[in-house]
Amino acid sequence: METRRDVFQAIADPTRRAILVLVALHAMTPGAIADNFDSSRQTISKHIQILTECRLLEQRQTGREIYYHLNAKQMKDVADFIDPFRKMWDERFNKLETVMSKFKTKK
Amino acid sequence: MEQRTKVKAESGKQDYVIAREFDLPLELLFRAFTESDLVEEWMDTKVLKLESKKHGSYQLEKRDAQGNVTFRANGAIHELIPNQTIIRTFEMENAPAGVQLEIYEFEKLTDDTSKLNMHVIYETAEKRDQVLQYGLVQGVNWAHNRIQEVLNKLK
Repeated sequence: METRRDVFQAIADPTRRAILVLVALHAMTPGAIADNFDSSRQTISKHIQILTECRLLEQRQTGREIYYHLNAKQMKDVADFIDPFRKMWDERFNKLETVMSKFKTKK
Repeated sequence: MEQRTKVKAESGKQDYVIAREFDLPLELLFRAFTESDLVEEWMDTKVLKLESKKHGSYQLEKRDAQGNVTFRANGAIHELIPNQTIIRTFEMENAPAGVQLEIYEFEKLTDDTSKLNMHVIYETAEKRDQVLQYGLVQGVNWAHNRIQEVLNKLK
């Protein structure tokens, strides 16, 4: 359960999702990943660390460089897909509640 | 953290259940699903047609700022019992999930609170899984647009 919540926390952040999309195309060094963002290298490095901790990214050493790969197995876990889906409905229903509460007071 | 919206989707099955309690009287909750202007507001989509009655049908549409259709869906209403049940089909056009059967059960909890239970059934477990993945895909697509913006700035 602990790991699962971490995964959702990881993909809840837009920068981290952007990193996942980048690395999904091909393995990249931390420097190459950071080059795609306006944020500082330290900030991107922190995001990479979080993604690695919840095993969405995997490190592989090639020569002197460390490359980050996407751990597709972790991404594909069906259970992981349910929470973004749940959140999508939760937001939709929150909106419904707001719209209808206003409608009630207007009457 | 308490989750107000619950999703139950067992692996390998072709359906799921979404349950949610609302701080709204039952009648208001029901109207949110049966009146066009209210549906438009919370679903953030145009309602081209909504006949809220047994054997009625409906059509939803969304366009981007350039007027291109980005989402279109339609369905038929099989059963509609006010403040109690809606049974309908739902099909997103040009999407792989196919048609789904939706059973909405509305329930009064107190004078000011109510509950919705949505049971959604697909043709196959694979099609259901595609829909469940939509939440994540939506997030990743959004991230993709952001990368494009970032890359455009660098050009």
